[in-house]
Amino acid sequence: MLPVLLVLTMVEVGSGLVLGAFEADLYRYPTLLVLVPVTIGTAGNLGSVLASRLSTAFHLGTLSFSPTDEMLAGNAVATVALAGTLFPAVGAGAWALRSLLGGARLAVGTVVWISLASGVTLAVLAVAVTLVATYGAYRYGLDPDDVVIPVVTNTCDVLGVVVLLAVVELTL
Amino acid sequence: MTLLAVAREAYEAALPALVVSLVGGLLAGLVLGGMQAELRAVPGLLVLVPALLATRGNVYGSLGARLSTGLHQGLVEPRVDLGNRRLRGAMAAALANGLLASVVAAVAVFLILTALGDDVAPVATLVAISLVTGLLSGVALTAVVVVVVFAGYRRGRDPDTLVGPVVTTTGDVFGLAFLLLAVRLVLAAGGGA
Repeated sequence: MLPVLLVLTMVEVGSGLVLGAFEADLYRYPTLLVLVPVTIGTAGNLGSVLASRLSTAFHLGTLSFSPTDEMLAGNAVATVALAGTLFPAVGAGAWALRSLLGGARLAVGTVVWISLASGVTLAVLAVAVTLVATYGAYRYGLDPDDVVIPVVTNTCDVLGVVVLLAVVELTL
Repeated sequence: MTLLAVAREAYEAALPALVVSLVGGLLAGLVLGGMQAELRAVPGLLVLVPALLATRGNVYGSLGARLSTGLHQGLVEPRVDLGNRRLRGAMAAALANGLLASVVAAVAVFLILTALGDDVAPVATLVAISLVTGLLSGVALTAVVVVVVFAGYRRGRDPDTLVGPVVTTTGDVFGLAFLLLAVRLVLAAGGGA
């Protein structure tokens, strides 16, 4: 447990370094700072829900690694649909909370757009990471429950920061 | 099942827990957005935030998973009994892992930012903030995980499905609230940069 924990901690330090590189933008637009934990958390949650569903299906023997597999494709579609539903709410919520405190410099549409674009991108990446990790666990005879969820959650944390800040750079 | 039936079922099963943890994440963001003064006062603190938050999920999520496996196997009784060695051992191990990971993250951030030539607070300040945050949120999260897993189990809910959302939600909120408190305590104690 401990070596894995330390590796995951270093991965998260990497995502912190990305965050630190955009410190100035985050201080200038505090709404973006509000978006950070919820974007990271929701991306990690989407990945871990997908991973635990796939790993249960895998244990039950109802999963095959083929693009025409309904279990696989259906869960992938659901992940992107969940992101499409949740992330506009994330953006609107972050904007509303920040406005209550004062100091919101970004328009609500901009924040919702940043959140939605990062969320859908993240969902697609989360699906890809989860499939690769689940398939890897299966190929190497590891229990997907033990391996896939921590790998997916922490990878999605890092991707969450990178994608959010990339969308911010492209938008602002 | 057809693709759409699978997708609909997966969507409906996941939505409620995700919405709950979304609300928690927004509250955590509100705390982070409101602590700009502290983030500026301790350079390097922002870099430390993802590691401190993820430790909560990695450590206390695994505590929850271990407790729920113990319950399923009948090795742990669903009540808070500090005389139970297995329960006490799992709680102590989680707290120790959480503190160790927090300290490692603080030292790593200090070393990397120093090597990059960036502005960074003294290593003692970062470690002290990490330790206080890790201790306070560790105790709070252990209590929440134990109570939720046991109460859920006694009501016939599968603790496995409760642990994830509970840990992410309370972990984000507690993690950042205690981080704010820890920064203020450490700065007040004279550990400022």
